[in-house]
Amino acid sequence: MKVARTGNEAFAEAMRQINPDVVAAYPITPATEIVQIFSQFVADGLVKTEFVAVESEHSAMSACIGASAAGIRAMTGTSSQGLALMWEMLYIAAGLRLPIVMAVVNRALSSPINIHCDHSDTMGARDSGWIQLFSENVQEAYDNLIQAVRIAEHPDVKLPVMATTDGFILSHCLETLDILSDEDAQDFIGISPERPNLIKSLNEGSPITLGALDLQDYYFEHKRQAAEGMFNAKKVIPEIGKEFGKRFGREYGFFEEYQFVDAEVVILVMGSTAGTAKDIVDEMRKEGKKVGLLKLRVYRPFPAEELAKALKGKKAVGVMDRADGMSAFSGPLYPDICAALYDIDQGRPVIQNYIYGLGGRDIRKEDIRYIFEEIIKTAKTGKKDYTLKYIGVRE
Amino acid sequence: MEEKVFEIRWHGRGGQGAKTAALLFGDAALSTGKYIQAFPEYGPERMGAPVQSFNRISSQPIRNHSNIENPDVVVVLDVTLVGQVDVTKGLAPEKGVLIVNTPLEVEEIKEKLGYTGKVCTVDASRISMETIGKDIPNTPMIGALARVIGILGIEELLEDTKKKLEKKFRNRPEIVEGNIKAIKRAYDEVKGV
Repeated sequence: MKVARTGNEAFAEAMRQINPDVVAAYPITPATEIVQIFSQFVADGLVKTEFVAVESEHSAMSACIGASAAGIRAMTGTSSQGLALMWEMLYIAAGLRLPIVMAVVNRALSSPINIHCDHSDTMGARDSGWIQLFSENVQEAYDNLIQAVRIAEHPDVKLPVMATTDGFILSHCLETLDILSDEDAQDFIGISPERPNLIKSLNEGSPITLGALDLQDYYFEHKRQAAEGMFNAKKVIPEIGKEFGKRFGREYGFFEEYQFVDAEVVILVMGSTAGTAKDIVDEMRKEGKKVGLLKLRVYRPFPAEELAKALKGKKAVGVMDRADGMSAFSGPLYPDICAALYDIDQGRPVIQNYIYGLGGRDIRKEDIRYIFEEIIKTAKTGKKDYTLKYIGVRE
Repeated sequence: MEEKVFEIRWHGRGGQGAKTAALLFGDAALSTGKYIQAFPEYGPERMGAPVQSFNRISSQPIRNHSNIENPDVVVVLDVTLVGQVDVTKGLAPEKGVLIVNTPLEVEEIKEKLGYTGKVCTVDASRISMETIGKDIPNTPMIGALARVIGILGIEELLEDTKKKLEKKFRNRPEIVEGNIKAIKRAYDEVKGV
């Protein structure tokens, strides 16, 4: 059914359909509405969820960890400083292999204080062991959150998942959403697979300690197992995306290719900017320019081999980063893409980096056209004049 | 109009319902089978401060997520913004339309703004005083906008808005009735179309 929903409303509707056992959350702009709307669902008796209004995001994630460790479904939502305050608990959730699902609204980190979109908040969590799914629009945000539950709880994965929207651009934008019926959504999500060790140990009279000291003797083995969960996620995510497509007509993989097969130059981007980029790709195609787009949906796990296979033979790639790596080198996505393509023997594209949209700075079609024109120039010579350019900044 | 994405900018003052107008209008357009976007401009929000909100309407899925800089239509909820805020910014005189809530005539607004393009006026504040009993110009302006752009049927628009308002004002049918009347009257009374 087609309805009008903002990104936050769509996340809240997905949470209602997921009907988690526990939601623990603390408000933060621009994610507040997600749990605000959801708390109304709780008050109205539409879900069976125990809603825990905690005193901070650190506590929100801690409460989710406790709940998930008891073998039940736990969810939360946050943004920016809230995600930053969760930071140490993010690693604990992943290390304990807890399939917590979190709706994240991407917002710039302070300082300077700013409530608008960039990806610096989730970039800070990219090595934490959380799976990260980015969304182009409200529809994808909703679809991603529904699939996130299945991915997180898959017995071969057992890792937490965050699904994201771009702050305000999607979180507060009313768009057309093709929402699943409650029955279809719940049938797809299914019952949480049993996690025997946790349920037995916490609830059935033989208590154990979780998160105990783990020194030189076993820490490495446990981390290796969590890493294996992330390797397995690479198999599970496209499987679930395919199943979702088969049932509901919208298939998901690691990334989406747009006007890609015969494209000579490609922009690689995550989030809402991909939609704007598609419009400019169409315009430039009409002018006879062989431009294409690769929209990365899954950032963690990082689909390195798949990206190498897709981008092999392209002449130039422009990687758009909505965060600064503060490395005196590039944004965070760029080195990952370079590393993924490094082993291509013949037909390795020239790769350049474009940092854009920090703190919600508008990214216009003309800006994206400029990037295409830059990489078209690079493709002609096969050599780049520079590695990094900032787009849309006054300097 | 069918092929393209139709872009609208709303100007109001904090508290006048510019955001609600964009949301209501987007939602109503969706009910007529269009794809929609509705989004406010978020900044420091204060009662009475100039604010903006936006719509995109299309018969195709809408992918663009950048700001709207060259709207097809601009709707001004508060005539005191004219002269204070650049309400015609990005509006192309040869094809854009400006709709203003004012008792003034079309020519008077044109002169005030030095704007050569198409201008429509409607006394939405008076309509809302007479139908709702309060100066809430945003709902009547939805009617004026629907008339001007002509891509939505007024009957569908009224029906959908009625449904939405009934949900919100379950125990106050007079508010629903007043708003529906306001939209219909502004649709009929807008000048310069």
